[in-house]
Amino acid sequence: MGPVLKKSYLNYPKLKGSLEKKVTHDDLNTMKESYEKMPLYISIMASLGFYFLIFIGLINHIIFTPKVATEKNRKGYPPLYNTFDSIFLRYVFRRVKDCFNRVVCGVPGAEIDIIDRVTHDSCWSFEHLETKSTFLNLGSYNYLGFAQNEGPCAENTKEIIKEYGWAISSSRQELGTNNLHLELEQLTAEFLGVEDAIVFGMGFATNALNLPAIINSECLVLSDEYNHASVILGIRLSGATSVVYKHNDIKHLEELVRQNIVSGQPKTQKPWEKIFIVTEGIFSMEGSITNLPGIIAIKKKYKIYLYVDEAHSVGALGPKGRGVFDYYNCNPKDVDILMGTFSKSFGSAGGYIAGSKVLIDYLRVNSHASCYATSMAPPVAQIVITSMSMIMGKKHGEEGRKRIIQLASNVKYFRRKLKALGCVVYGNDDSPVIPMLVYMIAKVGATVREFNKFNIATVGVGFPATPLLEGRIRFCMSAALSKEQLDEVLEVTEKVMNKLGLCYSRKPKSNEEILYENPY
Amino acid sequence: MENYVIDGKTAHYITINGQSCINFATHNYFNFISDKSIENNVIDAVNKYGIGSCGPRAFYGTFDIHIELEEKIAKFMEMEEAVIYSYGFSTVTSAIQAYVKSKDIVYVDEEVNFAIQKGLQASKAELVYFKHNCPEDLERLILEKNSTKRTRNRRAFLIVEGIYMNTGNICNLPKFIDIRIKHKIRIFIDETVSFGVLGDKGRGITEHFNIPKDEVDLIIGSLETSLSSVGGFCVGSTFVVEHQRLSGLGYCFSASLPPLLSAAAIKALDQIEKHPEMLVTLRERSISLHRSICNSQLTKHFILESDATSPLKHLYLIDKSLSLTEQQQILNKIVDYCISKGVAITTAAYLSNREYKIPTPSIRLLNSIKTTDGEIDFLINTLLQAVSVSSSKIQIL
Repeated sequence: MGPVLKKSYLNYPKLKGSLEKKVTHDDLNTMKESYEKMPLYISIMASLGFYFLIFIGLINHIIFTPKVATEKNRKGYPPLYNTFDSIFLRYVFRRVKDCFNRVVCGVPGAEIDIIDRVTHDSCWSFEHLETKSTFLNLGSYNYLGFAQNEGPCAENTKEIIKEYGWAISSSRQELGTNNLHLELEQLTAEFLGVEDAIVFGMGFATNALNLPAIINSECLVLSDEYNHASVILGIRLSGATSVVYKHNDIKHLEELVRQNIVSGQPKTQKPWEKIFIVTEGIFSMEGSITNLPGIIAIKKKYKIYLYVDEAHSVGALGPKGRGVFDYYNCNPKDVDILMGTFSKSFGSAGGYIAGSKVLIDYLRVNSHASCYATSMAPPVAQIVITSMSMIMGKKHGEEGRKRIIQLASNVKYFRRKLKALGCVVYGNDDSPVIPMLVYMIAKVGATVREFNKFNIATVGVGFPATPLLEGRIRFCMSAALSKEQLDEVLEVTEKVMNKLGLCYSRKPKSNEEILYENPY
Repeated sequence: MENYVIDGKTAHYITINGQSCINFATHNYFNFISDKSIENNVIDAVNKYGIGSCGPRAFYGTFDIHIELEEKIAKFMEMEEAVIYSYGFSTVTSAIQAYVKSKDIVYVDEEVNFAIQKGLQASKAELVYFKHNCPEDLERLILEKNSTKRTRNRRAFLIVEGIYMNTGNICNLPKFIDIRIKHKIRIFIDETVSFGVLGDKGRGITEHFNIPKDEVDLIIGSLETSLSSVGGFCVGSTFVVEHQRLSGLGYCFSASLPPLLSAAAIKALDQIEKHPEMLVTLRERSISLHRSICNSQLTKHFILESDATSPLKHLYLIDKSLSLTEQQQILNKIVDYCISKGVAITTAAYLSNREYKIPTPSIRLLNSIKTTDGEIDFLINTLLQAVSVSSSKIQIL
């Protein structure tokens, strides 16, 4: 996904005054974030590989146009797709298609059952077999291990299905509010330590349908370059001017803020009605944690509003699992708009927005989602109520706290071990999203296949979800995994790395012994 | 409207703020929410899969039950392929955005629902709105546009709804198809309301008018209306639909549909397949409701413009001298009165300042197969009482 509107402000005269001295929280964060630069020869090889595939695809496409590429009954119409898209899809993506869309037939917990499949026509189509394999699951977003079909979460949900049904079929503003929604909203607000919250049926829609209600076309949005597609869509729908700052780069952010405050709105030069910073808690492709203290300092200094998307961080970060502000020990009220989803840590679906009473009351009336979209399904709401109460320690004693500790210990151990193996690992040392760089698109496929051979489920990500030359393998840590299981994964990783040549890191290896310990 | 909180199932009878009401407010056409066999299927799904899917479709979020639902929908519609999304609203916006790009031109009905409007806004294409359900106006606009600047290679799209969410009218599809063929325009139909309602087997508007499947490029539907689940789907030829698996934003970048909701939709679709007589009952009940309203005293206070066979009907106030805000206030009072007397109805919720065409306030009635003649009479009488109560209040004010 490209940024909504890339505006170059490089031509503006540089402002006087050194920015470096003013930002102080910056140093704290960079120490824990690692981004090794890509060696030149690898970038050359990776781009060669990609363009070669496209070139072969183009020739293939011209000479042997496949059957699927022709449309029935639409002769003489302008083509529906542009050529690059279809060639990428058919000749680049198809080659790694067997690594994606694996069919799951059980709970996506610590282990996951996957239906075996074969292809007889080089990945154009797949045949699903009767058999299934059980994989160790490092692919699902199941940070706190609430993806379960037994235990209190599942039991409560089944009762709610009998009592409330499974759908409401009306929007919140019509007749679609039930008491589970109200209970969940109060609980979410209490969990996050803010005044009020509102919940929606889908996380993606929470961003896409609420940002336009909050931001209008007279506003300026400073958006991180790696923000999620739903955030970008929301900003686009709001009609605001969007300026993209370098990923997690506080200095660049402050520079852009100052430049844009001076220049005002592009055509009229009027001052901005409001300025927003939109960022995520944990970036799902980079594994980095946003520099919240730094951003809050800027926000306060220039009186800017702050929107933080905690899709991956809520539940997964902080000693109380409350998200990125908990991790940095910031005041949740310093973030104006807290957004998050229930589909990751809480093992459910949907999203929330939390903040001041004024904000939430405004959204209850003006949010596109509360007016037009179906309200949250009762069982989906119930599991969040149960799992959130557990995290808060309200129910089932220490269980929630145990899971938070287990996740944090797993993350710390696995990340350090992985680095010690000599591969390039992006992101923050405390982030449960763990991307391991393999750069080339062909290696993404090969690595995922190798892991699958050892019955380990991991996710391979390449262009267009990442920059063209930064294909990666992503491990998603979970509290459901034990140390023994992690050791098994690490052992396999070492084998795979040696086989495929993934030891890209040029950092000196430390000989320090890595222990499995509780960071809190 | 006051803040109404529902307790328990949104079935034929619902409990609102402690008061039991007949449900004319939510999409509950076949009353599937009270169906025990569907409930068992949903619970079985929880036993097998848990609740959340914990990942987008590409990354271990595709469950066998999703594939089953997709295949079932494609087979039901007699088309090649279907994709499912986890939310009805995002289905519509994502599907449109996947195909319509900024250089394209889109002809679109002025009364289309908000999700279509948002999808089009995100695509940044040139939009041409034609009069509601009026093929002549569309043709006029196409000719006008073609004479000025349509170049040969510019993609053109036509977007209509099967049954319009905002008016309850059935689309005049055969004429639109003729125009589409004549001018080489692609057509997308939003069947959010009409899927599972129109046609002998419930296949929607194409079956209703007996239109060949390949005349329609894409059908966008919802699992949230007739199937009483959550989510949406797109169905059409593989050539068209497959594209969304990499380009549909709501498909790629969102956690997939919770398996239990997929299970509910599969079983509900089964019921429609097994009992096509339900469709006849629903139409018969809808016509009955329509006639009863038209033959009652309500016609002195309301206009009913929706199609007789549609289970979704809009009641507008007859007094057009009132401002839109005043109309909304009166309707809200009527709704409050009816709910207090045991009839659950609702005004259609709009964000008026964000809609393309400011919608006239209305009460949106949704019918179900369970509605009896006695209940229809009760609805009409309660509405009449509500009108007299709220209009006297207005006069005092």
